[in-house]
Amino acid sequence: MSSFALAVRDSSTMLRRNLLHARRYPSLTLNLLLTPVMLLLLFVYIFGGAMSAGAGRDAYIAYLVPGILLMTIGSTTIGTAVSVATDMSEGIIARFRTMAIHRGSILIGHVIGSVLQSVLSVVLVGVVAVAIGFRSTDATALEWLAAFGLLVLFATALTWIAVGMGLVSPNAEAASNNAMPLILLPLISSAFVPLHSMPGWFQPIAEYQPFTPAIETLRGLLLGTGIGHNGWLAVAWCVGLAVLGYFWSASKFDSDPK
Amino acid sequence: MADLAIAANGLRKSYGDKTVLDGVDIAVPEGTIFSLLGPNGAGKTTAVKILSTLISPDPASGRISVGGHDLATAPQAARAAIGVTGQFSAVDGLITGEENMLLMADLHHLSRAEGRRVAAELLERFDLVEAAKKPASTYSGGMKRRLDIAMTLVGSPRIIFLDEPTTGLDPRARHNMWGIIRELVTGGVTVFLTTQYLEEADELADHIAVLNDGRIVAEGTADELKRIVPGGHIRLRFTDPAAYQSAAAALREAARDDEALALQLPSDGSQRELRSILDWLDAAGVEADELTVHTPDLDDVFFALTGDTDQPNEPKEAVR
Repeated sequence: MSSFALAVRDSSTMLRRNLLHARRYPSLTLNLLLTPVMLLLLFVYIFGGAMSAGAGRDAYIAYLVPGILLMTIGSTTIGTAVSVATDMSEGIIARFRTMAIHRGSILIGHVIGSVLQSVLSVVLVGVVAVAIGFRSTDATALEWLAAFGLLVLFATALTWIAVGMGLVSPNAEAASNNAMPLILLPLISSAFVPLHSMPGWFQPIAEYQPFTPAIETLRGLLLGTGIGHNGWLAVAWCVGLAVLGYFWSASKFDSDPK
Repeated sequence: MADLAIAANGLRKSYGDKTVLDGVDIAVPEGTIFSLLGPNGAGKTTAVKILSTLISPDPASGRISVGGHDLATAPQAARAAIGVTGQFSAVDGLITGEENMLLMADLHHLSRAEGRRVAAELLERFDLVEAAKKPASTYSGGMKRRLDIAMTLVGSPRIIFLDEPTTGLDPRARHNMWGIIRELVTGGVTVFLTTQYLEEADELADHIAVLNDGRIVAEGTADELKRIVPGGHIRLRFTDPAAYQSAAAALREAARDDEALALQLPSDGSQRELRSILDWLDAAGVEADELTVHTPDLDDVFFALTGDTDQPNEPKEAVR
């Protein structure tokens, strides 16, 4: 078997294993969905009046949803870090390492599985958003496709980072702590309020991080607001994080296990 | 000389300034059981981890080959020849026993039909049919270990590493495991077994190496090892304290055990030596109520070679 065929076959076996875990024990995935859904409901129904500054509920829902969708990805990837850390402490990984299988397949299986879970989670949260009144205005089929592509790319980037975080964490608790920035970053982005409404000293912090350009781009695609340079910025962030996460994870995984 | 399934020269591994393996040579001919015997912390598991490609040896180590493949240059080829059952169960607890088996079949690139056949066969052989549909995390220790070995056998490895396969098992499960290991070797498989149980090495191994503090302190067959340490003796027990005292006076070189009213004479347990001792006892007028012959077992070897912290309460040092 060629090494590429071997990689594909073993990665799909590992993917099946991870999906089996997720299907059999969905509680982790579902728990992680609660955070974005609760924040969505909280901001729309409780804080919405004050936050929207009188612009009306529907307008604020429209403003909020792109950020919530990306936050869903951040939240899902915390689960990735936890399951990678848990998995690495299991004897089965030691077994995999002594088998003549494609080395990377173990991590690739985790990444693809996690990206699929992210997409599924985004769809579920999206359904909630539509149910409470979110409507995409004037998005063309191409823009929908681009939005979907951005979400997948963003999920891939955060997942590779989360895999690295999982690999350096000795246990599940540590992994969940280490991965905390993935859900905190959207809180200090333009997800809930526009950048220009933040204090001046804080604006750079909110601006120069992956969530803000990704949110602005998604907003532009779904709602027709201006994207400007945010599109390229978002893609650059995603590619950069994915590459960084990939090499980080690969080097951690290749070093001798404890 | 038969082909070597495992050959390692000057195996070294240290973590920081702690040396775990300090130049270990290992040679295991094909189709035999080799046992690495040693106390906790001797470096047994580290040796298995290196030989099974899980961790890398220190650069100062010599050449290591497993299944005829150099671990440094062809680790994947070596991996294809081996199966490993570690000290801690290497099963996926979140999925069922059967799913674990099918996972292994997939990773060995068996066809779907072949995978199902092999999985069913091994589940049957290891008495796991009933539990096959339950998550592996619900299995007992013995069942997990059986599933672990069954998974190792999916790819029909020619060399199997078993790291303390019976630690934590009850006596029945241990004997079952021994039966399984013997069966493997009749099929031509080479077994590299680590254990801290001397009885286990004695029962199973063709060749035993005693590892202590990262060095091999003795090796050979069980019989050869028993010969290199003192410990064989004849024990005479008396019920009458007066008879005991007079015998002790007559047999000055015997070690005394005043509480048990027993004397110990060094002996290799051979018929000739036994007869000469009996003649000598008759001549000295000593009549013991009980005479037992104690041949050295691997426990004696173990304690003699691996330090004095766990010395048994046998006065054998005084004998010689």
